[in-house]
Amino acid sequence: MHWSSGNGFRSDRRSRGRRARVPFVALIIVASALLLSGSPDEKHVSIYSTAANYSVPVIQRNNLDYLALLEALEPLGTVSANASGGRWNFRYNDINSEFVPGQTRARVRGKDIDLTASFLLENGHGLVPLSSLATLLPRILGGPITFNEAGRRLFIGNVAVHFTAQVSNTNPPKLVMNFTAPVNPTISTEPGKLRMAFTREPLVAPGSQALTFGSKLIPSATFQENNGAAEVVVISTMPVMANFSNDGHTITIAPPVAVATQTQLSVQPPSTTSQPAVTAGNNIGVLATGHYFAVVDASHGGDERGAALTGQLGEKEVTLEFARFLRQELAARGLTTLLVRDGDITLTPDQRAALTNAADGAIYICVHAASQGTGVRLYTALVSGIGENHGLFVDWNTAQTSFLGRSQAAAASVAAKLKNKQVPVRSLAAPLRPLSNIITAALVVELAPPGNDVSQLTSPAYQQSIAGTVAAGIVDVRDKLQDGPK
Amino acid sequence: MIPRHLMIGVAFMVTIALGMGAYVWRIRGRVDRTLVSTTMPPVAPPAAGPTEQATLYVAYDDAGVLRPRSAHIPLPAGRQERAEELLRALLDVYLDKTSPHVLAPGSEIRDVYLVDPGLAVIDLNAAFANGHRSGVLIEELTLASLVQTLSANVPGITRIKILVDGKERDTLAGHVDLTSFYDVSAVNQLAVQLAGQ
Repeated sequence: MHWSSGNGFRSDRRSRGRRARVPFVALIIVASALLLSGSPDEKHVSIYSTAANYSVPVIQRNNLDYLALLEALEPLGTVSANASGGRWNFRYNDINSEFVPGQTRARVRGKDIDLTASFLLENGHGLVPLSSLATLLPRILGGPITFNEAGRRLFIGNVAVHFTAQVSNTNPPKLVMNFTAPVNPTISTEPGKLRMAFTREPLVAPGSQALTFGSKLIPSATFQENNGAAEVVVISTMPVMANFSNDGHTITIAPPVAVATQTQLSVQPPSTTSQPAVTAGNNIGVLATGHYFAVVDASHGGDERGAALTGQLGEKEVTLEFARFLRQELAARGLTTLLVRDGDITLTPDQRAALTNAADGAIYICVHAASQGTGVRLYTALVSGIGENHGLFVDWNTAQTSFLGRSQAAAASVAAKLKNKQVPVRSLAAPLRPLSNIITAALVVELAPPGNDVSQLTSPAYQQSIAGTVAAGIVDVRDKLQDGPK
Repeated sequence: MIPRHLMIGVAFMVTIALGMGAYVWRIRGRVDRTLVSTTMPPVAPPAAGPTEQATLYVAYDDAGVLRPRSAHIPLPAGRQERAEELLRALLDVYLDKTSPHVLAPGSEIRDVYLVDPGLAVIDLNAAFANGHRSGVLIEELTLASLVQTLSANVPGITRIKILVDGKERDTLAGHVDLTSFYDVSAVNQLAVQLAGQ
């Protein structure tokens, strides 16, 4: 969003605002109609090259799919076009092409080429049939391309990312997928399936589109391409999660430790040890399903260092250490805990909220650290306004509103425990994300030094002491947090 | 001989033409003045004239609190200009050598827009946000100080949005959310929490 500034904005906005309302409302209606009519089924072609990966919309004319040639090749080089004498002259770098509207014959590099359907010229945009790209583009670009018309994916040059998939013989078994380049798919789950959608990566099939592993837990996976994206669907007979490692080159799919352990416990004598904590690995954990009592989130990480606590010490390092202590202390008290990040990675607030909400925990505890003040500050969400909730669909920005009572109860319990331990503590509301997006009790614990010495923030004894006290406070409201529908 | 009705018609047309010419000349003068006013860089107007008592909500880092402080400030009559002057007076406190809540040098309020109904948009400059110290409480004190000072002295403001250099920004300095519109009533409650240790 961009807001322009200037003194002209100041004059009589009230009356101008009223006059502007009619066209503004009309604009909203038109935009809404366009959005409702177009976006979900919009076709596009994904183009992968060494210069850029991008997508271009497909235009339908005469029941055929067309592509705007200039727009499709613009990111790859210098392009220009002009229409004169009933012809459309197109230039890509130093290659000239000539098209005639309504004709199927074009001329590229001085040689004729036949298109599968007529070339179209609309408002200066030259449209070529999608089915002609495989023959047309190698001539224009001067190199090989691979075009999967059904999946609408165009590979220019040798850019494909390959992968292998193998189930290990460990207990429980893991599906290890190795990629020739870093990948970052969008992951979603449904009962019995984990889907990975690769929209930006030029991922290609590993020989066969159907993969079988001979494992009862993860029997098979499929590879398919559709509307410019590749999708790998992993079939599993129990909940699985995906862990990223090796700088995005490896994805490991396996049951969460808690689920795997619970499965083993069903055939083993009951153990007297506390329930285990679950870590999301060295990267973000994506859960197919799973129920955890607590989700602990070390704020910042990766590119986002957080506050500079000292010259060398970043907030992200302290939050990770403290989050690990907190996980350990919660687990020691029998509370199954998921750590959102267990490594130095960058996560957006939306990713943290999505992971937390999927984990379906009874409480979310986000950890921050500060050099100002002493002791601990506890924050619950400062939610502005009432969101527009429609049935099951909850307004994202005010999702926490319904859970504020539980969040404040948890904060009060933790504050009481800290006071008993003579730790300076303060409870406040704060406008922090992703707190406002969490659909369970949610709390921020900000760790400050015990005294004037900021270096004490990294003291394991201090961190463990605070983590233990926070965990004890959470245990005290355990029943309240689990009580009733969430 | 020219018919009389034709002469009257011509005279009428000439009068209309002269009148329109004069009107266009006047309009052009107005456009020139508008162009000059919109293309000139914003200049902080000098505070002058009679002063008024206003309440600034000042953050104190040592205690981590927000406290009201009375100040006599020359305030213009217009709501818009009044809002800007108030926040500039608040920044003067923070940029002073004895500041209880230090802001980065060069921190400025670029503009305050009052938009119906009840929305105020505070546009900070980049130096304000880029040089702001990072931390939940430190950032929250700044936010609450701006919102409380504005809403307490300019009636009718119910929501506040904060921009940086005319654009939306995720956070002030890594913590406090700037993507949301703040309800003044919610920040009032926060100010109560921040008032007492």
